[in-house]
Amino acid sequence: MKETDIEWINERRDFIKKAALGVTVAACGSAVCGCSSNSKEEGEKVVLLSPDGELVTVDSSHVKHVHKTVGVSKEIARQGIPGRKFVMVIDLAKCRNARKCVTACQKMHHLPEEDEWLQVRLMKDSPDAAPYWFPKTCFHCDNPPCVKVCPVDATFKRQDGLVLIDTDRCIGCKFCMAACPYSTRVFNWSEPDQPEEIKCLDYSPETSVPAKIGTVAKCDFCPDMAREGLLPDCVTACPNGVFYFGDQNEDVVTNGDETIRFSEIIRDRGGYRFAEDLGTEPRVWYLPPKDRMFPVERGMEDLPAEIKDRFKGIMEEQ
Amino acid sequence: MMRTSNTGIQIQRIFAPMIERTSLREKLWIGMLLSVLAVGMYALYLQVTVGHSVTGMRDNVVWGIYIANFIFFIGISYAGAVISGLLHLFQVEWRKPIIRIAELITVIATIIGPLFILLCVGRLDRLHHLVLFARLQSPITWDVLAISTYLTGSIIFLYLASVKDFAIYRDSTTLNLSKWKRRFFAFMAINYHDTPSQQKSINVAMNLMAIMIIPLAIIVHSVLSWIFGMTLRPGWHSTIFGPYFVLAAIYSGTGVLIVALYIFRRMYKLHDFILDKHFTYLGYIMLVLAAGYGYFTFSEYLTDWYGSETWTSQLIQKLFGWDEYGKLFLFTNVGGIILPILVVATPKLRKPGWITLASAIMVLAMWVKRYLIVVPTLETPLLPIQDIRPEYVNYSITWVEWALTLSGIALFLLLFTIAIKFMTLIPVSEVAESYDDNTQTK
Repeated sequence: MKETDIEWINERRDFIKKAALGVTVAACGSAVCGCSSNSKEEGEKVVLLSPDGELVTVDSSHVKHVHKTVGVSKEIARQGIPGRKFVMVIDLAKCRNARKCVTACQKMHHLPEEDEWLQVRLMKDSPDAAPYWFPKTCFHCDNPPCVKVCPVDATFKRQDGLVLIDTDRCIGCKFCMAACPYSTRVFNWSEPDQPEEIKCLDYSPETSVPAKIGTVAKCDFCPDMAREGLLPDCVTACPNGVFYFGDQNEDVVTNGDETIRFSEIIRDRGGYRFAEDLGTEPRVWYLPPKDRMFPVERGMEDLPAEIKDRFKGIMEEQ
Repeated sequence: MMRTSNTGIQIQRIFAPMIERTSLREKLWIGMLLSVLAVGMYALYLQVTVGHSVTGMRDNVVWGIYIANFIFFIGISYAGAVISGLLHLFQVEWRKPIIRIAELITVIATIIGPLFILLCVGRLDRLHHLVLFARLQSPITWDVLAISTYLTGSIIFLYLASVKDFAIYRDSTTLNLSKWKRRFFAFMAINYHDTPSQQKSINVAMNLMAIMIIPLAIIVHSVLSWIFGMTLRPGWHSTIFGPYFVLAAIYSGTGVLIVALYIFRRMYKLHDFILDKHFTYLGYIMLVLAAGYGYFTFSEYLTDWYGSETWTSQLIQKLFGWDEYGKLFLFTNVGGIILPILVVATPKLRKPGWITLASAIMVLAMWVKRYLIVVPTLETPLLPIQDIRPEYVNYSITWVEWALTLSGIALFLLLFTIAIKFMTLIPVSEVAESYDDNTQTK
């Protein structure tokens, strides 16, 4: 715990320095943890970075991953973060299906194992093409088919480019799911399996927590983290720096290790958007899997059988 | 006092047993329908409390049999709206004995159809959001507006066509009515006494409604088709979807009307009113519609197949593939298009029995076709499904969905049974007029 937390802080620091996405860093322990705080001193100390930029030592029992439990009000969540235009770049050359992004996302959003807001798919574009791993978030389209069809304005497009959901308003008609061509959205078919202290929280579209039965959910680009100047969980969890997140207005994206100009990397690396011809104008860009860091088979290693089976068809074709 | 002709008295005598009292047989029938509904209510209870996980719907196939039922019931509601509306406008005499049945189908089917779309909704406790936060950009909002207007219009149309009848029942000496029923008829007759001015107003109102109900009906099914047409999915994203759905609706509505006429004719011995020619004429209408529907179908799938875009081809392979939906797809085209044309076009088969059989098969085929529009497309997302949970890959109907589907049919029959308690299936006033004017038109 200790080590990972410090690593986590360093990542944040790097990110702040390089990307200048935010001014303040909110560390753990400064915000509410669940509805009832039943913290018990554990004796183990952890060093953290305080909002004032100082290093403080606190008991590990006070340390909770606080984001995903608090969020801004619904009104503010509908507006978006002023001046931002969030964008993501996914470098397919670096992905080896480590699935750390998937599990980090699930952990932070309190999702059960079978619910994947972020999926890693195995793609093979044509019979003669080589397969490659394809992490897929919500594309937060600028012309979102899901938002168009929502009858109650439960899913909406913000000024900072994000497409979010208000599950307190969603009636569960699933029209957005039918409209989304990328199979991004998931439905809570039964009562979501979440801890009690999460269930009782007020829902915020920025945290997408807690999930509610009979409503739609999806990847939200973790705007609650962005408000605190932090990167989404998938970005920081990736061991290979596949995900770059940033602001198109500032023309900067970062994967936590390196910070680059968005327009340059798109130009130099042949960035493209998935299924551009559909006219949905995604905010997620892909860099083609050229000069790969890993052979595609690496992604099949250490996978649980039930996940391995998903890719059987494509791997056998090889 | 309302004038009643001999024909009018004859009709009242036929339906008197149903209107005056409820026989044991009817009670058993109603009891049976209610028990089907009870199972359905239990299924609904499960679906609401446990969640939609009790259905076969999952993240890929987000809609299933319910939405197919929804299209189906709104489709058959065209029996009255278009058949009787159109025939009314063109002053077709032979329509008169069958309009009541047609309009009842319309109203009852329009009540049941939307119930099925409600079953697709995950949060029934938030239906008021549809009004509170209505977004006019969403085809669902168009649907809410169109269907509620259409239902209101159909009820008004049915009611206007029944006012004269209610007045006749009120003043009837043939019917031995209980006190409350006579009072009910007096209330429903809104003091109608067949004065020339009353006659004129009701005729004007009827003509207006007949004109309005046709565009309304067209709007309803177009808007419904656009729930599919406005998405970016193969098999749905088609410019002909509006007219395709409208035509399919009139077509299946005609089929249900033929089947209903046949059943009621046998059940209540209505051979003096529902004549063989009704089946022949409706058969001709069905033939023309079948040809039109076949043309649309051919045009739609030829275009999709010939264009052979990757995503569309994946769908076409499923629909044409013998091991996937091929058998069902073939059935919808043979049973739903070719068979009705053959039966009506062959003079020897142009008999009520054969026409009804063909209609019944066609109606079933049209239901299957709605299923084939909804499910295979949803099973064919742009990014091929990479999931090993079978229920996420393929849709299969659960008992909950079957129970609620059968409940819809049971409710349809139940509402018809209740309607027969309050009105004659052959409109007394209309038929009396026409039969007295030119006694034998057979």
